Parts: sequence; C-alpha cells; structure tokens
Amino acid sequence: MLGLNKKDTSLMILVAVLALCAPFILNPFPEGSAMAQFNAGYPDLMQRFVIFGIFAIGFNILFGLTGYLSFGHAAFLGVGSYSVVWMYKLLNYNILPGLVLSVLTAGLFALLIGYVSLRRSGIYFSILTLAFAQMSFNLAYSVLTPITNGETGLQVYTNDAQIFLGDGPTSPHLFGIVMNKSADLNIGAWEFTFNNGYYFCAIVMLVMFYLSIRIFRSPFGMMLRAIKSNQTRLNYTGLNPRPYALAAFVISGMYAGLAGGLMASMDPLAGAERMQWTASGEVVLMTILGGTGTLIGPVLGAGFIKYFENIFSKINDTILHQWFAFLPDGLENFMVFIVHPFIGKGWHLTLGILFMLVVIFLPGGLVEGGQRLKRAFGGKDAGKDKPDASTEPAE
Amino acid sequence: MSKTNMTRRGVLKTGAIAGAGVALPTIFTASSAAAYTNEPTGSSVTLGFNVPQTGPYADEGADELRAYQLAVEHLNGEGDGGMMNTFSSKELQGNGILGKKVEFVTGDTQTKSDAARASAKSMIEKDGAVMITGGSSSGVAIAVQGLCQEAGVIFMAGLTHSNDTTGKDKKANGFRHFFNGYMSGAALAPVLQNLYGSDRNAYHLTADYTWGWTQEESIKAATEALGWNTVNAVKTPLAATDFSSYIAPVLNSGADVLVLNHYGGNMVNSLTNAVQFGLRDKVVNGKNFEIVVPLYSRLMAKGAGENVKGIHGSTNWHWSLQDDASKAFVKSFGTKYGFPPSQAAHTVYCQTLLYADAATRAGTFNPCGIAEALEGFEFDGLGNGPTLYRAEDHQCFKDVLVVRGKENPTSEFDLLEVVEVTPAAQVTYAPDHPMFAGGALGECNPGA
Repeated sequence: MLGLNKKDTSLMILVAVLALCAPFILNPFPEGSAMAQFNAGYPDLMQRFVIFGIFAIGFNILFGLTGYLSFGHAAFLGVGSYSVVWMYKLLNYNILPGLVLSVLTAGLFALLIGYVSLRRSGIYFSILTLAFAQMSFNLAYSVLTPITNGETGLQVYTNDAQIFLGDGPTSPHLFGIVMNKSADLNIGAWEFTFNNGYYFCAIVMLVMFYLSIRIFRSPFGMMLRAIKSNQTRLNYTGLNPRPYALAAFVISGMYAGLAGGLMASMDPLAGAERMQWTASGEVVLMTILGGTGTLIGPVLGAGFIKYFENIFSKINDTILHQWFAFLPDGLENFMVFIVHPFIGKGWHLTLGILFMLVVIFLPGGLVEGGQRLKRAFGGKDAGKDKPDASTEPAE
Repeated sequence: MSKTNMTRRGVLKTGAIAGAGVALPTIFTASSAAAYTNEPTGSSVTLGFNVPQTGPYADEGADELRAYQLAVEHLNGEGDGGMMNTFSSKELQGNGILGKKVEFVTGDTQTKSDAARASAKSMIEKDGAVMITGGSSSGVAIAVQGLCQEAGVIFMAGLTHSNDTTGKDKKANGFRHFFNGYMSGAALAPVLQNLYGSDRNAYHLTADYTWGWTQEESIKAATEALGWNTVNAVKTPLAATDFSSYIAPVLNSGADVLVLNHYGGNMVNSLTNAVQFGLRDKVVNGKNFEIVVPLYSRLMAKGAGENVKGIHGSTNWHWSLQDDASKAFVKSFGTKYGFPPSQAAHTVYCQTLLYADAATRAGTFNPCGIAEALEGFEFDGLGNGPTLYRAEDHQCFKDVLVVRGKENPTSEFDLLEVVEVTPAAQVTYAPDHPMFAGGALGECNPGA
C-alpha cells in the first residue's frame, strides 16, 4: 500500500492506530482513582508526545542512517517556533503560513550549519553543531532580543500588527479550527479528551512517519547507510558522500523546524531555552533510548522521556503519603523517605537510572526490548525476522 | 458514460462518509458545557502551585511551597489560622473556599518559561486547577500569566518584581501582590541620598531578562533624579555563576557605587565576587565605594553570609516586623517548619488568602467574578499595612521596606534590619506611567 511493503504497511497501520486512539490508550485509569496520577491522556502531554516524536524521527534520519551525531538540533526547533510566532504577530493566528515558514527557515539554517559542520566527521562534527546551537541560543537570549524577546520569550501582544486578524479566532487555529478546543467523552468513570490540536499534530506526525519510511527504503536511504558503514570505501568508489550527508542534515533540520513550529502552534510562545544544549541532548537520548536506526524507536523514546518529565515530576510528598497510608506510621514515613528522591524534582534521577539500564541491557533501545519479548512469547513468527535481517549487511 | 456515473456516485458516497466523519465529534459533550474553565463540581477545589524547584531560584521556590501548604491548612481549618485571624476581611471561616475543601497540585517551573507553561497546562488540563499561582522569576510569571489568560483561569503572581508583570505584559486574569522595580527605586532613592550624597557615579550589573531590565531602568531613573551619574550598565546572563569578569572592569570605570540588579543565586555570587575583589575597601573620587542591592531577601542574605553587612536594599516584607499580622504569620510558619518565612513565602501566602477571600465574597470561582472582587479591593492585616489592589493594572500598593544587612546578627535568621518603611503614597505611580505603558489588561476570560 502507498508504495510500502507488507511489513512497513503493518507498522504504519500500527502507528496510525496508536496515534489516533491515544486519548483512550493513555487514559487507562478512571478519574478520581489513586492511579489517575499516571494518566497521560490530556491534550498538552499528548501534543508533546507526537511533536517530540516528529523531532526524533527527523533526528533519526541523520543519526540513525548516516551515523552523524548532531548535538545542535534544538537550534532548528527554536527557529521553527520563532517563525510561527512571528507569523502570528504579523498576519493572524492561522498556523499554516507559520508552519511553512518554519520548515523553510529551519531548512535554510540547516543548510548553512550543515555546510560548515559536515566538513568534519565524528566528534568534530558533533562539537561544531553544538557550537552553532549554543551560539544561536546565546544570540536569541541576548543580542537578538528585538527579534526573540530574550528570556521573556516571544509572544503576541494586543498591539501587534496582525493584518489579517479581522474577526478571526484569537488563539492558534487552522482555517477556523481552533487548536486548543476539545471535546470530552464520558464513559462511566472514565473521561477521554479529544483535542483538535492533538489530532492535527498526530496527522502531521503520521505523514512525517510515512515520509521517513520512504526515505529509509529509498536508494537515497541506502546511500546514507553506506556513509555510516564505511565512508572511505564510498570515496574510493568515486562517490562524493557530502551532498548526501548534507541532504540528510537539511531534511532532519526541516523535521526539527516543523516540530518547533507545531510547538508554537499549540502554545503561542517561543522561548530561547528551546535552543539550549539540554534540548539538543534530549533528542539524542530519545533516539538512543527508543532504538537508533529503527523506524518506530525514536517515537517510543520521545514518549518515554516526555512521560517521565511530565508525570513523575508532579508526584509530591502529599501524594506519596496517600499511597502508603495503609502502612503503619513509622513504615509509611520510611517508605516516603525512600521514594522521595525519585519523584518530584528527582525525576531526572529516575530517568537517568532507567536510561542506564536500557543502554546496558538493551543496547538496541526499547525496540530491542520489544523484539526480545516477541521472541520469548511469539515463537516462530519472530524467528522469521532474524535471518531476514542478518542477510542485509553484505560485507 | 456509465463509468463516469459510477465515479460520481462514488464521489457522493465518499462525500457522505466524510460528512458523517466530520459530524461525529458533535455527539460528544463539548467542553463548553461548563460556565467557566474547570468549574469545581465535587466537594473539593484544586489550586495549582507552580514554583521553581530547580535552577537559580530554587531556594525561593521551596520556601513558597511551604507557605502554600501552610495557607491550604489554614483555609481548611487546620493549624492556628495564621493571618486569617488578622486579615481585615472576615469572610474566610476555615471551611475551605465556599465550603469546598482546598486541594492542591505542585509543579516544577525549572525557572524556564517553556517548562513553567507545560507544568501549568498540565495542572489546568489534567488536574482541573481553577487557579494557578507561583513563579519566582518575572520571565516565567509573564509567560504563565499569558497562558492563564488564554485558558481562562486566575493567575496569582508570586515573586515577580519586573515592572512589566503589571505594566506592558499585564493581563485581566493576572494579579500581583508583590512590589516592583519602580517601587524599589522610589523607596531607595531618598535613603541613598541621605547616606551617600547626591554626587555619585553608579555602575549597574543587571540580570539579562525582563526583571533586570525594568529594575535597572527604575533605579537609574530614581538615582539620576537625585543627581547621580550612571557610568555604565552591563547585562549578565541569568545562568551565569561566576561574575569576576564583570566585576574587574568596575574598578577602572571611575564608578563609586555598584548597583547589583541580581536576585537569588545570581546575587549571592556577584556580591561575593565584588567583596572578594576588595570593592568595599576602595576609596574612589574621595568617597567610600558602596554596593547597593535593590531587591533583597533573607534567603539571599543567608547565601552571601558576611558580605551583606551594611549593604542596603528594599524588600516587600520582613519577618522581624512587629505588627500583629506579621507576628501571627511568623509564629505559625515557625511552628510548622522551625524557621521564619522569607518574603517569597509571605507574598504567596497572602495571594492564596486573597484569592480565597475574593472567591468567597464573589460567591463563585468564576475568574470574572473573582477579578471583580479583587479589583479596587482595600484590605489590611496581611503584614504590609493598608493595601490597595488597583483596578487599572491589578497591582498592590502598599508600604515598601528599605533594609540593610545587619552588622551584628543575633541569630542565623537575623540578617537584615529595617532602616525605613516607605509609605505607599511615596511609591504610587499613575497607571499610564511611561515605565508601565504599552500594554492593556484586555477582557477577563472565563474560558470554556
């Protein structure tokens, strides 16, 4: 279907079902129950899942295929956000012009940074991209304040031009479909929220996911893999790998720009911290955690990290006391004392430990974990995949 | 020919299916059924406390969280009631707000606008918070205030000192109890003139974001009106931890006063650097070199230790005040946590009480009702003397304290002494003052 082979089609369908049914899947616990704390099916977090999914898919095209580890992708994310907010300020709250501009400016940025950075490979390439990203961050933070509004973040003011605003909606919308509007569905004790913005992002994510499958399976993708496996050999065969690597860099930069644009489409504010090196590092973590070079891995990794950031950081001591209330007093306080460093502001610690465990025991990321489970329980079916995969590297 | 007919029917069919698909969402109850965002329907009401638990303002955030928990206890009728007993409005009965038990959720702003908005959004969308409060940085406060305006909930600003919060970036759903940069300048200037004379050369180091900019502007304006000369004003990044490279040029600039527009961890580090460079022992232009920290807090004084002795600044509130309200608050905070509250704790405690009181007087949690109840509200008994919540910009007007680092502290908390209480009239400005112009409150937004 759509030029995909059978296996990719089923993967595509799986992702589509997961994305479109996310409001159900992510809200497994009834409202008001003690476990409702772990529900993730609210619009803001669901939007983050798919937006960072797009970011990670794009990053994976560069890192997973060519092996070039960029530490500066957050710069494109930030550029995308600023473009969208500027379109709000100048035109109106329709997100489409902004999104188009965000992809274009991010592509242009990526072309410039990529052209310079790709003259080196390995660690030197990583450091160059990191330097460019930190430079953009610091510029956005101080010197470029008239364009970026510095630390306060770029936002729309009532006295902005907005020449096409008229009577249109006063929050981001797509031809009148307002992004932050939701419909609720109550079934028994459960409440499911269907948010316009989320579905828009999810559809964009599916398109981007499809595009990434096509790139992975194309001759161009094969060329990128060749760069990863042995660049010197590629040189000897008379091929110049740099245009291919540059193209991959620009494509993944455009993905990042789109993700940044979508962030500003859901929440009309762009802050400089979006470009900081921690944000660049985050997408590297997402990709590695999910499974580098796999199609679905980056999306899983993005979801995993965002879940921890938003759910674990909000558990506080009061909630812990409720959980352990059934224990005798002394034991209750002891349990709270033990768990306390891992929740609230300690969510980084929990995530760090899980990341270490994944990297040590599942070097292929969450995708490898899934494959192992499938092999353990699926029997024959999984066995078929193996020889198929091992025939690929024909060295 | 028949083939084209088939196609048209196919098109019609597809159209019908697509139409049904578009109509499908209408069977769901739209969120707009409620009168306003997150109308509390059960026996409890949820407030969102969004404070920095990591980053340069983490100390202030932790103290704010303590005060919020104390306020919730008092509202629910636990503890000794604190400032509820001294508050001039007697509506609060200790039975929650409007008979609903107060519950709360917390979040970490990380002192970043993005993270703060994400955290506030999850409180509104997931936990059903009807009011968001907190913020220990003006950048964050402004970002979250904008979000609350869009979402249709009330924002009760915590520690935010930038003029812009109730100036250029003011919003109809946002309210600030804390004072601001202009007020600091107006309160400090006369004291500085008495102490250091009217012929001084000032050098500013300024945290590079909205708060730093507006405070620098305010202090410059106030001191230049005295006849002071501003030699230079240098912006420093908020994330900076070492300021030696910024201090060295001060020595050769010919300045004899250093104004540190820094707060929290920034101020602790820059002041320590300045003292290490021996600035305070210098004599420039025949005068002793002086350092001024316009916005002071006890937590910072603690962090900077010995270095704060004799340094002047302004503050919103201090635990050593001897009025009944301050004493009651210090007592109940001290009993629970074992040390006196900071000004950050005081302002957020007041904000929580003021919100609860406004909801009770309005008889609703509707943001528009609450805004109406708060606008032009005059109260007393919250530790700052008679106070007005001005309707034009949602800013509180009250006395400002000028404080000095104590030379001989008697305890580890007794670090500041109050030099002067500047009356509210002296720090009041017109709503359209040039430093605050350019914004508009807009309409109150109940959301939904």
